[in-house]
Amino acid sequence: MLLTTLILGLVLGGTYALLALGLTIQYGIARIMNLAYGELTLLAGFALVALFKGLGLPPLAALLLIAPAGYALGWVLYAVMMRPLVARSGGTGRLEVDSILATFGLLFLLQGIMLVLFGANFTSISYLDRGVDILGVSVALNRLIAFGICVVVGGALTLALTRSRWGLVMRAVALTPGSAPLVGIDVNRIARQGFALGTALAATGGASIAMYQTFSATDGVVFTMRALIIVIMGGVGNVTGALIAGFALGLVETFVATAIDPGLTLAATFAIFLAVLLWRPQGLFGRA
Amino acid sequence: MTRFLPAPALALLAALPLWLSDYGLGLMIGMVTYVTLASAWALFSGHTRYVSLATVAFYGTGAYTVAVLNEALPYPLVLLCAGGIGAAMALVVGLSTLRLAGVYFVIFTFGLAELVRQLITWYEVNVTGTLGRYIFLDVTAKGIYWQMLGLGALTIGLTAWIHRHRLGLALRVIGDDEVVAAHSGINLARTKLIAFTLSATIITLAGAIASPRWVYVEPSIVFNPTVSFLTVIMALLGGANRLWGPLLGAVPLFLLFEWLSVDFPDTYPIFLGLLFIGVVFAFPNGVLAGVESLRHRLKERRA
Repeated sequence: MLLTTLILGLVLGGTYALLALGLTIQYGIARIMNLAYGELTLLAGFALVALFKGLGLPPLAALLLIAPAGYALGWVLYAVMMRPLVARSGGTGRLEVDSILATFGLLFLLQGIMLVLFGANFTSISYLDRGVDILGVSVALNRLIAFGICVVVGGALTLALTRSRWGLVMRAVALTPGSAPLVGIDVNRIARQGFALGTALAATGGASIAMYQTFSATDGVVFTMRALIIVIMGGVGNVTGALIAGFALGLVETFVATAIDPGLTLAATFAIFLAVLLWRPQGLFGRA
Repeated sequence: MTRFLPAPALALLAALPLWLSDYGLGLMIGMVTYVTLASAWALFSGHTRYVSLATVAFYGTGAYTVAVLNEALPYPLVLLCAGGIGAAMALVVGLSTLRLAGVYFVIFTFGLAELVRQLITWYEVNVTGTLGRYIFLDVTAKGIYWQMLGLGALTIGLTAWIHRHRLGLALRVIGDDEVVAAHSGINLARTKLIAFTLSATIITLAGAIASPRWVYVEPSIVFNPTVSFLTVIMALLGGANRLWGPLLGAVPLFLLFEWLSVDFPDTYPIFLGLLFIGVVFAFPNGVLAGVESLRHRLKERRA
């Protein structure tokens, strides 16, 4: 029983960690608090379902299309919608309020588009839905694949951010956007890349969720909320923190769902959030 | 002159149901409700720029309180309970988030409606065993209209009073620069908490007053996120830091949304989203401020 919760929780936590990673990059590097993040995730999920059901494309191949498409969408969104707000704010705290409001509008826009295109019903696909035995616990193969995607993508990104020159530039912008231009960094370009990368991660996360979970067009708020809480738990902009907090949240949710009641998972998430706010508002692992 | 205008206008509005049809009265109730919600929202968020996305969490709580208590207690007591519950909820949210940076408050309020909705659903399904309740109250549409009108007038009056009071000044300084505010001796957390609790209590009462219109109440009906969304966009359009701004935004937008939701029920959220983004880009400080700066510029050109 305990082992089941542990393994299922870790598998779920992997997806959450990936989602939070995208959000923490968007907020940490591009300085955009993206409330439409969950809607972008769902959009990718619907795209996966449509590609699978409509064209018969296997989900893993569809993922190779969806992730770059997410990057492109993020790039365009930043260039068209966020950049004018950044320019208007001129580096003041104004950007935070403006980006919150603008993405709140985007949330309804995307939700409306999804409701028109895909309807309000729950959607799911049956893909590799057979059990695999891990340490005596039966885990669905599709969940394992989703978990694998998260580990590969999350691990690669963490390595790139901490070891490569590109990662160094990203971290420089995250740390002090004001001084980054002094060493020849184009902050606007890096912020756009960060936002696009975050959207690509949202798309990857959404596509892997669609492989094993049912979802509907109005679920976005819950996904955004989870990602936001993980980001705060891990410390804003802290990639490793987000990964650890993501797994922790997956474990807690699975534990609450199996031991208490599945209807209380969001309440558990909020309880953690409240505890973090009261105890360590800078995040369990501090800012990056 | 303009200072005395509101009184006859209010009297005229109060007399309106004598001539209106049922449909017209329903429309007026909706409009006055949104004027109240937008004004109450702006009472806290207008000056401080702490964006609250939890309007419907309080509004729905008010409605649900009436649904639960309407047969157990007399009506005035039910309203009192609703206000009390709203204030208590606001205190919990405020105490845990308003001491921190604004973004934590936004995030908490963002998920609050969904949390309350899920908690009530869980409680009703698992503990009471009935999801969905009926409201049988001896309140006519006219009665609802007059109560809501009173609450709306009270909200705008309260806002006007706060604007001239120390509290309003403190809120304005906080909105401009929190560090300066702290250094000039303003108790940041307490000031924000008072304003937020006032605003949330009014919103909860609005939900309680409007609830008999529904007759049948269910968590998914009363916790409709569109309410939060409309409230914010209305206040922003008119100008959230102006006394009459929320009213100015609420009236035209309410009529527009009524028309849209009837004629384009499916694509309606898309219009909402586009309009919202448009307002954020075109009128960052609201129409009133936009008109003022335009007038200012014309005057400068003439001089």
